[in-house]
Amino acid sequence: MTGQILAATIGTVAFSVLYSVPRAYYPYCGFIGGVGWLVYCLLIPRSSPPEATFFAAILVVLLSRLSAVWERCPVTIFLISGIFPLVPGGGVYWTAYYIVTNQMELAAQTGFMALKVAVAIVLGIVLVFQLPQKVFHIKNLLNKEKR
Amino acid sequence: MEDEREVMEAAMEAGHILLENGAEIFRVEETINRICKHYGITSSNAFVLSNGLFATSGSTAEASFAKVLHIPVSGSHLNRVAAVNQLSREIEENRYTIKEVRERLEQIRTMPGKSRHMLILASGIGSGAFCYLYGGSLIDCLAAFLTGLIVYVFVLFISSPYLSKMVSGIAGGAVATLFCMILYHLGIGEHLNQMIIGSIIPLVPGVAFTNAIRDIADENYIAGSVRMLDAMLVFFGIAMGVGFIFTLFQRLTGGGML
Repeated sequence: MTGQILAATIGTVAFSVLYSVPRAYYPYCGFIGGVGWLVYCLLIPRSSPPEATFFAAILVVLLSRLSAVWERCPVTIFLISGIFPLVPGGGVYWTAYYIVTNQMELAAQTGFMALKVAVAIVLGIVLVFQLPQKVFHIKNLLNKEKR
Repeated sequence: MEDEREVMEAAMEAGHILLENGAEIFRVEETINRICKHYGITSSNAFVLSNGLFATSGSTAEASFAKVLHIPVSGSHLNRVAAVNQLSREIEENRYTIKEVRERLEQIRTMPGKSRHMLILASGIGSGAFCYLYGGSLIDCLAAFLTGLIVYVFVLFISSPYLSKMVSGIAGGAVATLFCMILYHLGIGEHLNQMIIGSIIPLVPGVAFTNAIRDIADENYIAGSVRMLDAMLVFFGIAMGVGFIFTLFQRLTGGGML
């Protein structure tokens, strides 16, 4: 499991490099990707892939929005690479594989599963973006307390 | 009059950079409006699509201005999005004259991304890491790493300059699959499927997919659905490329390889 989390972290950072994220934000991206995958790994033995993805996506988006407010930069920067481990790339592959090898039942199953996972990500993103921006201004609250 | 023109041009330039480099529609509109309002143009209106920008201003008190920009989405340089965002904050703190804003925008526009070596290396490392994530062994990761490097060389030197999105998806998927199969038969790698999954990951249109969702959530349906279509076409393209090579090998070897 540690290896899995580490791989998710490294993979996320690699993708932030690929999308030209400023270097200062690599640690955030890696952390968000790693934590998202950790939640996914913890939930997957007890639930289905779409459910696990949904909760992992919610956490990823929450953390991305927090980091965006904290660092005063666009949320896109953290969100895109952080959500990457959850995107059903494997599902798309297996669907193509089963179609080509003429295992249509399995193809339909994995195809719909990939679709469900994608919808879970969509729901996670949409729900968390409904929260008003104010919720995330923790830095301001901390500063006020200091004063 | 001259000033108002300058402001509108600067605002549109900012919008142009944002849209081109993978910002959400909402951010583009907000930035244009912020810049206009800050420099005193109250009659500005901006309409943003996934590949175009329309802005006008003009009223009895303000001179009229109208401009349309066609913006083909090129790459995703999120560092430029971050830089424009920073600039727009600094404008609100009254730090710049409009001339300085235009100079800053010009700098951001030509801001260097990562070098090609870095991108290729990142693609390899990403492929290796994701191969492991999908259940590959360490030797599979090595194979995915190598294929990831090749895939991105292909993307940088052939796909992005010459091919359309859909075809680059197909070609990218095919290159990844072909290379994994070759490595697999050379004895590098134990699980062909996991190797291929890892190596096609750098092709996945993450920016288009995520932005599509955000745009649709913001009720920017036109831009959102175009971006979603864009992402879906690339997804299907990759799957088709993989399928194409599989079918080819199946025909050539009588199905013994799968």
